[in-house]
Amino acid sequence: MARPTFDTTVEGGEIRPAPAADREVHSPARRTAGLRTQRWFGWLFVLPALAVYAVFVLQPLFLTVEYSLYRWDGIGPATWVGLDNYAKVFTDPDLSGTILHAFTLIVFFSLIPVVLGLVIASTIRRIAASRLAVAARTVLFLPQVIPLVAAGIAWSWLLSSTGLVNQLLARLGLGGMTRAWLGDFSTALPAVGVIGAWVLLGLCTLLLLAGMSKIDPALYEAARLDGAGPIREFVSITMANLRQEIGVCVTVTVIAALATFDIVYISTQGGPGNATMVPGLEIYYQAFSERQVGVASALAVVLMLLVLACVLPIQWLTREESR
Amino acid sequence: MIVARREAWTGRLLLVLLMAVTLVPFLSLFLTALHPSGTYPQGLDWPSHPRWSNFTTAFRAAHMGELLKSSTLIVLGVVPVSLLLATMAGFAIGHLRIVGRRLVFLVFVLGLTLPFEGIITPLYYQVRQMGLLNTRWAIILPLVGLFMPFSVFWMRAHFVNMPEELSEGARIDGANVWQLFWRIHVPLAMPAISSLAILLFLWTWNQFLLAIVLVDDPAKRTMAGALGAFQGQWGTDIPLLCAGSLLILAPTLVIFLAFQRRFVSALLQGSLKG
Repeated sequence: MARPTFDTTVEGGEIRPAPAADREVHSPARRTAGLRTQRWFGWLFVLPALAVYAVFVLQPLFLTVEYSLYRWDGIGPATWVGLDNYAKVFTDPDLSGTILHAFTLIVFFSLIPVVLGLVIASTIRRIAASRLAVAARTVLFLPQVIPLVAAGIAWSWLLSSTGLVNQLLARLGLGGMTRAWLGDFSTALPAVGVIGAWVLLGLCTLLLLAGMSKIDPALYEAARLDGAGPIREFVSITMANLRQEIGVCVTVTVIAALATFDIVYISTQGGPGNATMVPGLEIYYQAFSERQVGVASALAVVLMLLVLACVLPIQWLTREESR
Repeated sequence: MIVARREAWTGRLLLVLLMAVTLVPFLSLFLTALHPSGTYPQGLDWPSHPRWSNFTTAFRAAHMGELLKSSTLIVLGVVPVSLLLATMAGFAIGHLRIVGRRLVFLVFVLGLTLPFEGIITPLYYQVRQMGLLNTRWAIILPLVGLFMPFSVFWMRAHFVNMPEELSEGARIDGANVWQLFWRIHVPLAMPAISSLAILLFLWTWNQFLLAIVLVDDPAKRTMAGALGAFQGQWGTDIPLLCAGSLLILAPTLVIFLAFQRRFVSALLQGSLKG
C-alpha cells in the first residue's frame, strides 16, 4: 500500500496575476470585494472535511496523549500516573523490544526493496518500453493490490515446514537448513521481513523505473563516451537524478516497516514468544486483551513520534537539492 | 552494441525472475487450494485429482456473498463522501485561496504519516460511545476521517495548478462560487478525482485494523477483516484456507486487471505525491 507522506512543496505563485487592464474594464471595486468575501466564504467548502477529520482523527489523537498519562482498564475509573506509562514503554524489555523489532524490519521493508529496486530498475531501464516490461508493470503491482492479510496467509504457507522455501532448499542440497521459518526464534523476524520485502519490492522498482525514464538518455550516452563504467554511470547519473524518487520509496517503506500490523498479525501473531512483536500489534494487545489502555496509548504516542522522527529528515534530505 | 544487447538480455532475465518471485505466492495458494481438504501438500505440486469443489466449499464457509455485499456497502459509504469533501476542501485551499489556508493545510498534512494504530484505542471508545460499535458505520466514518489528509492533499495539488483566469471568466459571467465549483472545476478535476477514487477503493477494501477492532461480526467487515476471521476459523485446513484466501482477494484482482492502466498510474502518482 502506498502510504501518504509529507510534501512540503509550497504553493506556486502566491501573488495572483490579475492583469491591470482586465481589472479596469470590469468594475474593480465590486470584484475585489467579491474576492474578499469569497476568501471567507470558501471556508464553507473546507468545514465538512475539517469536521470529519477533527472528530475521527484529531480528537482521538489528543485522547491518545491524554490516555497515555493515566492507568485505565477501559471500564473503571482512571488514575493519573504522569509519565509512568512512558517509563514502562522504555524499560520493560517486552515493550521496548517491539521498537527494536520495528527498526530491524526497516532493513527488510526499506533497505532491501530500495537497493534491489535500484539495481533491478537500472538493469531493465533499457528495455522499459518493451512488451515484457509493460506486462511486468501489471504483475509487479499485484502485491500492492491484494490485502496484506492475503499476502500474509500465502507466505505463511510458503515459509512453513513443508512449504516451497524448504522444498527448494532441500532440492539445492541445503536440507539441513530447512525449518519452520516463522516458528523459529532466530528466523521469525527476518521471515516476516521477507514478506514485507516481497510486498514493497515491486512498488519501489516501478517508482524508480518511472523516475529513470525521465532522465535524459543523452546523459548516459555522454557518460559512456567519456568512458564511464556501469558503476560510475549509476552513481553519478542515476542516483543523482533520482533523489526525489528514492526519498519517496524510503519514506513509504519506512512508514510501512514501523507501522506494520496486518502481516505480523496473520503470520505470527507476534510469536514465537515475543520474537516478532511489533509496536502496532503490541498496542492492539495492550489495549484490547491486557486492558492496559494507558500503556497502549503511551506506546502509540512513541510510535507516532518515531514515524515523524524518521520521515521528516528523509523528506528534508531528499527535497532540498532536488528543488 | 554488444554491451547494450547483453544488458538487454540480463534485464529481461532479471525481469522474468522478479515476476516469477512475485507470482509464486499466488501460484502456491492456487495449487494448494486444489488439494484434498485437510491434507498438508508439499510445496508446489499439481494434485493428481484437483478438487475444484474446494472453492465452492470455501465460498459457502466464508459466506462470500454476504462479504461481498458488506465490503461493497462500506466502499459506497466511504469513497463518494470522501471524494466530495476532499474535492471541496482542496478547491477552497488550492484555488479560492481562503484566509488561513496555510494553517488548515498544515493541519491536514499533519495527519499524512499517522499510523492508524496510533489512534485506534481512543477511536474504539469513541465509536462505542456513539453506539456504532459492530455496525458498518464504525468502519465507514473513521475511514472517511483518516483518508481526509491524503485526499485533501491530493485534490489541493490538482487545484493549485488550475489557472486563475478560468474562474475569472466564469465570475464575469455571473457564476457564484458554488456554480463555479460544480460547472467548471469539478468536470476539469475528473482525472484527479477518479485516480483518488481508485486509491480510496483499494485502501477501504483492504482495511484490516479498523475492521477487526471495531466490528466483531465478520459479515459486517471489509473483505480483509473477514479473511482474518476466516483464518482463525479454518487455519488448520490449509487447502480450504488457500481457496478462501484466493476467493477473498479475487474481487480486487478482477477490478485491478480491468482498470490496470488507471490503477498503475494512480498508485505511482499516489506514492509520488504522497
